[in-house]
Amino acid sequence: MMKNEYIPFPSQVKKIIRHTDIEYTFRMEFTGEVKPGQFFEVSIPRYGEAPISVSGIGPDTIDLTIRKVGKVTNQIFENFEGNHLLIRGPYGNGFDIENYKNKELFIIAGGTGLSPVKGIVDYFSSHPGEAADTTLIAGFKSPDDILFKQDFEQWEKNIRVIKTVDSAPDGYQGQTGMVTKYIPDLPVKNPDNAVFIIVGPPAMMKFTVIEVQKRGIPEQNIWISYERKMCCGLGKCGHCKMDSTYICLDGPVFNYKEGKNLID
Amino acid sequence: MGYQLPRKTADTLFCRLREHYEIFAPKLFAGDGCFSDTDVIRYDKVSSLDEIEFDRRSDYSFKEALFAVNETLFYFTENETTIPSCTDKKLLIFLKSCDLHALKRLDAIYLENGPEDFYYKRLREKACFVLMDCGETCDTGFCAGMGTNRSDNYDLYLKCGEETVWIDCPSEELLSDLKEAGLNEAGETACAVTPNYVTQNKETVTLPKNLSVESFDNPLWEAYGSRCIGCGRCNFVCPTCTCFTMQDIHYRDNENVGERRRVWASCQVDGYTDIAGGGSFRQKQSDRLRFKVMHKIYDFEKRFGYPMCVGCGRCDAVCPEYISYANLVNQLAEEDAK
Repeated sequence: MMKNEYIPFPSQVKKIIRHTDIEYTFRMEFTGEVKPGQFFEVSIPRYGEAPISVSGIGPDTIDLTIRKVGKVTNQIFENFEGNHLLIRGPYGNGFDIENYKNKELFIIAGGTGLSPVKGIVDYFSSHPGEAADTTLIAGFKSPDDILFKQDFEQWEKNIRVIKTVDSAPDGYQGQTGMVTKYIPDLPVKNPDNAVFIIVGPPAMMKFTVIEVQKRGIPEQNIWISYERKMCCGLGKCGHCKMDSTYICLDGPVFNYKEGKNLID
Repeated sequence: MGYQLPRKTADTLFCRLREHYEIFAPKLFAGDGCFSDTDVIRYDKVSSLDEIEFDRRSDYSFKEALFAVNETLFYFTENETTIPSCTDKKLLIFLKSCDLHALKRLDAIYLENGPEDFYYKRLREKACFVLMDCGETCDTGFCAGMGTNRSDNYDLYLKCGEETVWIDCPSEELLSDLKEAGLNEAGETACAVTPNYVTQNKETVTLPKNLSVESFDNPLWEAYGSRCIGCGRCNFVCPTCTCFTMQDIHYRDNENVGERRRVWASCQVDGYTDIAGGGSFRQKQSDRLRFKVMHKIYDFEKRFGYPMCVGCGRCDAVCPEYISYANLVNQLAEEDAK
């Protein structure tokens, strides 16, 4: 019998980490090969499916950081007590850690864009010797929107971290301003050996790439990940197509040299 | 080599064939058209040759025989999912040459692009295709220029006259089923049968040869797209459009029981690109038109090696705003040649 890719399988919710009122990480049971930047279709029968990036990879778990912004995700929040979610995947190409080893690595993430790159941050934070240098710039709307607070504490010990918020109430101690504000001062030693990973909302990605290129970083040293509507994850439903590229099959991770030519 | 047989014999044969086959063919639905006093020709199960519309092009393509407008992927109860069963019978699908060429495009998406699609494949494997020829060109089709006016990869070619039916059956499996249903015993005459095909259309379309990323900024998209109302009919009649959206429904009497379906989707209709949190892409109709047209004549070819459009002309016939895809493509080609 041929494999039916549309049928989700139940996965046990091992742990729930509450970041904000609307963003939780669900640590799910999963054994199998999976890379940062890949995604799963998470479903609640009756409400549908939503594509969710893998935000952490354990020996027999994956983390799915879910933001309560849609019909399906609202229901996932309501129903997490059920101990199981239905999932299928992983889909997409994901980030290849090998591309970043021995490089000056700069990861710039906006909001939930941190989820797909979190696996890479985790990796180089726990193997700091494997990259020449690692920097994370993570931007959030406000202090209340900051994700992965506990992880940040860990990362700050091992890698350079800039955690900034667009705006904050008076008296906020942390850094403020858009992620782009911090790019001119990044300690890039050799632009040819520096790699940038940029993931976030479309406008943030656009202006971040512009700033990064001002630092003399060649296109092929920039990596991006696109968020598009992915109904099937299997190259069939068509919603995620940009030009001749199916984001769910060929992406969501692209080298900027290729990714910059993709037009919606 | 083929056979010539009396119409009555052929009728009996196809009637018997229904024991092993579900027969899908274009059928005239009088008065069912979009506007008052208009008809529509669309696919349906048929039980006799008499029901089939042989002459005119169907308004909707054969694709719904292989993937339904809405198709149940699975039924769910609280902890279980059940896949709907598939017909035990084989499928016999009557179509014209343009649509038989479209089948190759459907296969490309559903069988070659990523993993094979379970639901498409299980029907596709059962399907045999019966070519009906075009005596004369339809109004808006431009198959000759697209090279889709001829097909030789049919399982059965059938031409239906008032008193006589001519068939050619290269498919051994179907031939053996036809024999089982009575062919050869019925007094038919062996003769050479080759399909007729149109060599000229009223509409001629030249594909632009040098489209590129720059073509995305062409002002033609706005010129044509500004009239588009985003109804999506062009997608639904297109034999090569394959997009769908997932949809979950539950039964009124018990919310825990329901089904997940996929329903045809249109890249021209609002919501097609919406992502959670409110983001969306291509808000303007002109961008959506550009997306569709470039898929048909440019980017599908980049991926699979041949254009997606088969020149059936249905999109031009159905557009309520009289937007001519054919004219648009020709204008692109003209600019391209300059």
